Amino acid sequence: MISVKNLCKEFDGEVVLDNINTVFEQGVVNMIIGKSGSGKTVLLKCLVGLTAPTSGEIRYNGRNFVGLRSKELSRLRRDIGMLFQGSALFDSKTVLENVLFPLDMFSRNNRRERRKRAEFCLERVNLLEAANLFPSEISGGMKKRVAIARAISLNPKYLFCDEPNSGLDPKTSQLIDELIYDLTKDFSMTTVVVSHDMNSVINIGDKVIFINEGVKEWEGNKSEVMETTNEKLNDFVFASDLFKKIRAEEEREKVIR
Amino acid sequence: MKYNTDRKGHKKLLRSFERVGEYALLLKRVLAVPDRMKEFMKEFMKGIYFLGVNSIWIVVIISLFIGAAIVLQIALNIDSPMLPRFTVGVVSREIILLEFSSTIMCLILAGKVGSNVASEIGTMRITEQIDALDIMGVNSANYLILPKIVSFVAFMPVLVVFSMFMGLFGGYIICLFLETPSVETYVYGMQVFFRESFIWYSIGKSMLFGFIIASVAAYFGYTAKGGALEVGQASTNSVVMNSVLILVCDLVFTHLVMG
Repeated sequence: MISVKNLCKEFDGEVVLDNINTVFEQGVVNMIIGKSGSGKTVLLKCLVGLTAPTSGEIRYNGRNFVGLRSKELSRLRRDIGMLFQGSALFDSKTVLENVLFPLDMFSRNNRRERRKRAEFCLERVNLLEAANLFPSEISGGMKKRVAIARAISLNPKYLFCDEPNSGLDPKTSQLIDELIYDLTKDFSMTTVVVSHDMNSVINIGDKVIFINEGVKEWEGNKSEVMETTNEKLNDFVFASDLFKKIRAEEEREKVIR
Repeated sequence: MKYNTDRKGHKKLLRSFERVGEYALLLKRVLAVPDRMKEFMKEFMKGIYFLGVNSIWIVVIISLFIGAAIVLQIALNIDSPMLPRFTVGVVSREIILLEFSSTIMCLILAGKVGSNVASEIGTMRITEQIDALDIMGVNSANYLILPKIVSFVAFMPVLVVFSMFMGLFGGYIICLFLETPSVETYVYGMQVFFRESFIWYSIGKSMLFGFIIASVAAYFGYTAKGGALEVGQASTNSVVMNSVLILVCDLVFTHLVMG
């Protein structure tokens, strides 16, 4: 579980995150949604320590992440897996070497066991056949799956995903969503996903947090998203024609009943 | 208007000081014991190959031609009955050993190796590969930069010795074909008044320059922000900064050691 208390972030005096308070629960997919530039990626970067917050607390199972010493921070980070928007695979390493890398750096197992674990992770994302290819030789969806395999290789307690569906077709997006959902349940991880894809929210969003202009505007679950009376969230959710139609149909059904 | 110009200058000066501070802090992170020695050795061997071995051909070609040109220039310009002809060999040797093979060669390597290191690390920065390392708990500066610095500094003596040999050999070829002076006179000139310490001085100097080239280029790459354009700028800035630093350090080093 990760709890966030009074989190604020400013860049050159400009407030990007304003007093964020929330809890990301274990074993569920926690989704942060919001428009582009609303501050959701900054929130994610604060959570993983890539950006230092201006003020506030981030507690990982009660331990304050902000202000940890570099050694403690390094140790805590071994419990964190992250899927980046652009996958962030190492270009000079093959798919298998990418997944092996965290194991080579931190695992105390012997080479055979490490390789076995890497192959298990690749099998889990259905990519064992691509083990010897380089990132430049595989598709965007495959890169995301390799990045997921690398993120889970050290059995992390926390999984962070930054826009996991960006640049993917709907079918591959769904595949990635299902993979994130299944892994969260299988390994009981605390998963935080930043997205502005409403399909993902409806598919896997156990808990949903809506950020608007740096402020936490709304919090609930995926079924509540569709029925909310929050105007700003409504504007965001029903911006697409598909969701407008869904809502119109739901209202028509209510009238008929 | 004047006020604005002053303020801009003030900001630039402040930014320069900031950069020096950032460079020092980065070095502090770089110069730590590697997390895994095996991984360090892997990257070290890659560095030896990509930064060192891959630079041999350019060192050989440039040294051969410049060495030949130096001998030719000196032979044409020291044409006095007051000076013995073997002076061409002596002067060429001193120029090649003391300045060309270390300083000029490092200026060329600042372009080749410096831009390579800056663009490689810069690309890793903008594609979030460095963030990925940090999140894994790896000291990214140490993992990426230290093997490059150590491998380049370690391979520098090899490049310098290659350069010295090829530079003197270029002069030998010129003497062989043009006979200005004869090969025997040139070889005699190369050997007379020879001081072995000049070779060690040159190797020491080039190792210092190797450290500057790799670390400054890595700094510019590591702190790159934005996209492909900014990586290109970082690469160019690293070459410019390296060239200036090499020239300044050459002057200081020469004054301290030889002065």
